[in-house]
Amino acid sequence: MTLRKISKNQPENFEFTEENMSKIKNIISKYPQGKKQSAVMPLLYIAQEQNDNWIPLSAMKHIGKLLEMPYVKVYEVATFYTMYNLSPVGKNFIQVCTTTPCMIRGAYKIVEACKEKISKNENELSKDKNSSWMEVECLGACINAPMMQINDDYYEDLDKDKALKILDQIISGKKPTPGSYKGRLNSEPENNRKTLLDVKNA
Amino acid sequence: MLKMLKDKDRIFKNLYNDGGVDFESSKKRGDWSNTKEILSKGKEWIINEIKTSELRGRGGAGFPTGLKWSFAPKELKTRPHYLVINADESEPGTCKDRDILRFEPHKLIEGCLISSYAVNAHVCYIYIRGEYYKEGQKLQQAIDEAYEKNVIGKNSSGSGWDFDIYIHYGAGAYICGEETALLESLEGKKGQPRLKPPFPALIGLYGCPTIINNVETIAVVPTILRRGGEWFSKLGNPKNTGTKIFCISGNVNNPCNVEEEMGITLKELIENHAGGVIGGWDNLQAVIPGGSSMPLLPKETCDTIKMDFDSLVGEKSGLGTAGIVVINKDQDIIKCMARIARFYKHESCGQCTPCREGSGWMWRMLERMARGEASRDEIDMLMDVTKQIEGHTICAFGEGSSWPVQGLLRHFSKEIRERNKFDPIVKENKNIPYLVDQHLLDKNA
Repeated sequence: MTLRKISKNQPENFEFTEENMSKIKNIISKYPQGKKQSAVMPLLYIAQEQNDNWIPLSAMKHIGKLLEMPYVKVYEVATFYTMYNLSPVGKNFIQVCTTTPCMIRGAYKIVEACKEKISKNENELSKDKNSSWMEVECLGACINAPMMQINDDYYEDLDKDKALKILDQIISGKKPTPGSYKGRLNSEPENNRKTLLDVKNA
Repeated sequence: MLKMLKDKDRIFKNLYNDGGVDFESSKKRGDWSNTKEILSKGKEWIINEIKTSELRGRGGAGFPTGLKWSFAPKELKTRPHYLVINADESEPGTCKDRDILRFEPHKLIEGCLISSYAVNAHVCYIYIRGEYYKEGQKLQQAIDEAYEKNVIGKNSSGSGWDFDIYIHYGAGAYICGEETALLESLEGKKGQPRLKPPFPALIGLYGCPTIINNVETIAVVPTILRRGGEWFSKLGNPKNTGTKIFCISGNVNNPCNVEEEMGITLKELIENHAGGVIGGWDNLQAVIPGGSSMPLLPKETCDTIKMDFDSLVGEKSGLGTAGIVVINKDQDIIKCMARIARFYKHESCGQCTPCREGSGWMWRMLERMARGEASRDEIDMLMDVTKQIEGHTICAFGEGSSWPVQGLLRHFSKEIRERNKFDPIVKENKNIPYLVDQHLLDKNA
């Protein structure tokens, strides 16, 4: 289990924007009548998106009212799942996978790169307050290891130099192209493809 | 002579995205070509054909799919039925479903329609792990396309069957890959597994009959029905039939996803498709054959082992998700397993005490062993801890977290012993049994 820290500075009020309210209506309609509670996870995502990538307690209370469920149930969900940030993170939120398949291909070099470029410790905002990084568990791109996720995008097949370059671009406000940085097509074996060659050459 | 699966027998022809993922390109590869005809043959025929194919679930447990479907009540009564697709792929070493979601979404959607029809479900939820947000968006695009072309929705593909499909994102909990935890999560609760029985096929999502299948299982269904269960059952070995996507990661020259026949040898997979072990075959130390939950195999076993459910069970391991992690001799094997133990400590849901506490103990002991700070008796103690977790938890996470440690102790206890030479803190434990578990003293235990 993981210990989740809740931010000490909490905004007092939280309301969804009108645009998000219509999104929410749409989401609730995906679930059967009377099963509104199912929408709590998508709603927490929307709250997180609206509130600079973290969820304040007031948002949980608000969601509880919207979905007619006790606040503590929303709190339970928000603290259980690790993708809900309960304290502020950087606008550029970098997650480095360091589970074994990535680790044996040099994931800790990527961690070094993050330490050099962003902040000495994980979950710490960089000097310009724009970025933060953390180690996470398997992100499910093991054949493209080592890799990191920046906001929603996967950057794959990295080494330290490539990671440093990507981080430089991110810090300067650019968005580098996601995907493999080895020049291979997705998950094919690099320079060693033996299957489906007629489709490839078509 | 290498016996590679022929391209014409591959189910996932767009595994690397050479051909585009839109509706028309998928149609060219055969998706949606005669869906109406397949559906018109009836539920019974579909389930029987899947039974003939001997398709076993691709999510890890390897349960026969046709059998699972036949557990759903035959008639729709007052409660609706649901089909739930498990796309919460989080097992370290596994990344096959990601490519299906990204590059073969129409196979999955068509599979969802056919399977839903077979189990009497009008609604299907696809539970995708939160990190796969981009993959989910691609799937959503494909779903929108499918609605536009009327292949799903009201009167899907002209079959008279109404069918809706929704995506639900997880939020970074490995445990939600367990089917009942996934249902809890879908219901808007924290993902803690339920006790079984009742099985989800009778009481599942919202208390209604629910069939839960892995992405790959469902995505192969349309092709099986088109080419016949017979065709599928002739691939591979008896009881271990068909093709499977293998994910080969770790210390190999060309890590990749590849679809191959079940029962292919591990050596062939690594040497032929993944470009061999870094430093040559002799530099191989161990292989995790089926995602991190499966006990590792030492090199001697890797030389000959066949990759299918039963052969691997024979070696006290398992095929799991077929996520192969190759570890060569440049790596510290104890550290590798300590990292896996940390993963399980992080992902334990906290519901059952043996797992919640034990996963942390295992991690801390292994970290100490990796540093050479453990005492000699701790090796047996660690084995004891794994035995205390295994079989004492609600879900299979207990096994999943303790098996890899047991595998390490089984095959690499010599390495651990060499590194950890401290004398036990308590030297004569026989006189103070209250400090030690009784069954540790029993030599036959």
